[in-house]
Amino acid sequence: MSPRTGLQPVKRTRSAFAREQHRWGYIFIAPAIIGLIVLTAYPIIFSFIVGLSEWDIITPMNFVGLRNYIQMFTKDELIGKSLIVTVKYTLMSVPLSNAVALIMALLLNTSVKGRSVFRTVFYIPSILPVVASAALWMYLYNPMYGALNEFLKMLGMQKLGWIYDKDMVLPCMAVMSAWASGNTAVIYLAGLQGIPRHLYEAVEIDGGGAFAKTRVITLPMLSPVILYNLIIGVIGSMQTFTQGYIMTDGGPQNASLFYVLLLYRRAFKNMEMGYASAMAWLLFVIIAALTLINFGFSRYWVYSEGDN
Amino acid sequence: MRRMKRTMLYLSLIIISLLCLFPFYWMIRSSFMSSEEIFGVLSKHWLPEKWRFENYVDALSAQPFGSYFLNTILLVALNLTGSLLASSWNAFGFARLNFRGENFWFTLVMISMMIPGTVLLIPQFIMWRNIGLYNTYWPLFVPSFFLNGFYIFLLRQFFKGIPLSYDEAARIDGAGYPQIYARIFLPMSKPVLMTVGVFSFMSTWNDFFTPLIYLSSKEKYTLSLGLQSFLGQYVSQWHYLMAASTVVALPMIVVFFIAQRSFIEGITFSGLKG
Repeated sequence: MSPRTGLQPVKRTRSAFAREQHRWGYIFIAPAIIGLIVLTAYPIIFSFIVGLSEWDIITPMNFVGLRNYIQMFTKDELIGKSLIVTVKYTLMSVPLSNAVALIMALLLNTSVKGRSVFRTVFYIPSILPVVASAALWMYLYNPMYGALNEFLKMLGMQKLGWIYDKDMVLPCMAVMSAWASGNTAVIYLAGLQGIPRHLYEAVEIDGGGAFAKTRVITLPMLSPVILYNLIIGVIGSMQTFTQGYIMTDGGPQNASLFYVLLLYRRAFKNMEMGYASAMAWLLFVIIAALTLINFGFSRYWVYSEGDN
Repeated sequence: MRRMKRTMLYLSLIIISLLCLFPFYWMIRSSFMSSEEIFGVLSKHWLPEKWRFENYVDALSAQPFGSYFLNTILLVALNLTGSLLASSWNAFGFARLNFRGENFWFTLVMISMMIPGTVLLIPQFIMWRNIGLYNTYWPLFVPSFFLNGFYIFLLRQFFKGIPLSYDEAARIDGAGYPQIYARIFLPMSKPVLMTVGVFSFMSTWNDFFTPLIYLSSKEKYTLSLGLQSFLGQYVSQWHYLMAASTVVALPMIVVFFIAQRSFIEGITFSGLKG
């Protein structure tokens, strides 16, 4: 605050008020600032430094420059493998979950009886603790005693390997995530309810049916919500861990070796903190890039009010 | 034509509902069965022949699930306290006080929500380990007393909707900012505090990764971690596994039914403003 002289009394009280606001402002946001510095900024920087070293936490850190990164890109086959697994899973689960959630929301956004009951039913799978749902789906997908193979048997079809089949494990897990997409559906539903009625009436006057309404009004008006869900979905599914850890331990033949599962093993099983930190930084950069790409493409399909 | 459309609509809603509920039905049904029934033929066994409540007794006594439950409750209570106090305190500053750097810090708080947790994982682990708090509960609840971007955002939006005349009236009566925060804002914000509480409860109850990394001795395990180690020990004993899973899931489902509105309104609100 610049020193001022010869202020009027009124102005002096205002600046005292401003000073008081400033002081109290920082007292109120102090916890967040500490959290940002100690629990966010410092770890990010520290993680970059650890990534340039070889370190098992017990013996002193050994600076190795870019060696971890070079090894990741040239020698470590599992890095590429796990990145492909993770990206494949993201490409399956994010569109599938969002499509399912959108269909749920469109069905709920009608004048049916018992809407709130259906909404509750759709929502419930998403509140199940992830370990419990992993156990449950392991059982459903079990090739010997699982419900799904029992159904196939009843229909006279051949049994499948489900999560024990290397080509099926990722689609199986994507289905699991779509099953739990009720919370996304509720976000879409809120978006749908924010669309003004008169827009639909305009389409009706022009003789458009339900399909035209969805294509011309609903999807464009909902596109910002879709973008939000896609971005959050990609950030989340690129960090998938628990399904791979509990249900398959990365198998069969590393077909569900998610990147974060590999990172977990390197950091907490092999105690390669340096290498795992470098892996974390690579993931950080990849997720940031995907988020930016998502934003970048959004101007081609996301409708924003103001430009027609 | 119109009738047919409505029939199709209800039919789709019912089919999706059945798909959502089937796994739950299967979990509960199996949790009461004997192992002979589990390994038998489906067509005969839509429901258990005899409801074996002893499966629950056996499963729960095979591991100290009672103390896992208490551990989890303790962590939920600590996280709930932390996130409710810190987020509302922070949010008041961002909603009601004007100061230099406000936008800067608020932008950082928003960005912090987008940072993937994986990049913070190892350095935070090292930090806690270096100060001797590995295998304690501190790393599992202390962060909630500082920064919760999402909760700060929710509360700030709500606080901004409270008319300024309330603050002014209180100031004329000689109240300072902490009093305004505690006596006016907190009581007026019960619905949104409820939403934050429910989210905090859910994320602590369901968290698996953090306890997995920080807790090494069994007596400190949370329910999720306990269930995971149970899964490893009782491979293929599906009746026990489903009984234990039901027990871990049940409190969450009960809380959901009690606080359904807070869940759905909170998520609705965050989605619209995101």
